[in-house]
Amino acid sequence: MTALPSYRPRVHPLWWARRRAYLVFVLRELTSVFVAWSAAYLVLLARAALAGDAEYAEFRAFAGSPWVVALNVVALAATAFHSVTFLNLAPRAMVVRLDGWRVPGFLIAGGNHSAWLAVSALVAYLVLRS
Amino acid sequence: MRARRTPEPYLWLLFSGGGVVAALLLPVLVLIFGVLAPLGVIEPPPAARVRALLDPLLVRLALAAVVGLCLFHAAHRIRFTVEEMTRGGRLDVVLAPLCYGAALTGTVIAVLVLF
Repeated sequence: MTALPSYRPRVHPLWWARRRAYLVFVLRELTSVFVAWSAAYLVLLARAALAGDAEYAEFRAFAGSPWVVALNVVALAATAFHSVTFLNLAPRAMVVRLDGWRVPGFLIAGGNHSAWLAVSALVAYLVLRS
Repeated sequence: MRARRTPEPYLWLLFSGGGVVAALLLPVLVLIFGVLAPLGVIEPPPAARVRALLDPLLVRLALAAVVGLCLFHAAHRIRFTVEEMTRGGRLDVVLAPLCYGAALTGTVIAVLVLF
């Protein structure tokens, strides 16, 4: 196979900062960093609780330190942004037909958001009931 | 010509599965355990309560699956975002194993912690 000279257009290194739409796109993609952090945080929480009361107290001190709270506030905003954008994506990724009738996108997205609300309420109830 | 097999469809499947799981579960968990409890807005669940929540095998299996899916979702998205932001498609040889390797390591740690 002969190697063809490839065409590489020049791109500004900060191309994603040059338009609002691009910036929102990149911010949306970067919510995944906080998805990973949140998953790791839950593992740390589970590890501490399973290890014993002393380890759990240590974890609570760590979780209460200002920088961890600040990080988690950002993580809350990022994961909520992820939820809204990801659940809105579903009707674009799939077309649901019922007996030939195309279910409109807002019903699919609305169903997803209702499920989000229901799951959140259930989790909050299970965790917080005494 | 035989179609070349790649793992990409499975990685996209893990990405979208993780995206849905993260969307449904993470905000409420971060809100309770990451923000409201540490700030003292709500009474933080005591260790015994968290242990009781984690006691059923099904809950631990579900949590391990949630953590694994979230990590693979993040790995996939970070891989492509970094490549697009830097226009560094050639980085993929290094970046893909790095991202998925980290996700796999995290999943193994979660399983070891929970079981």
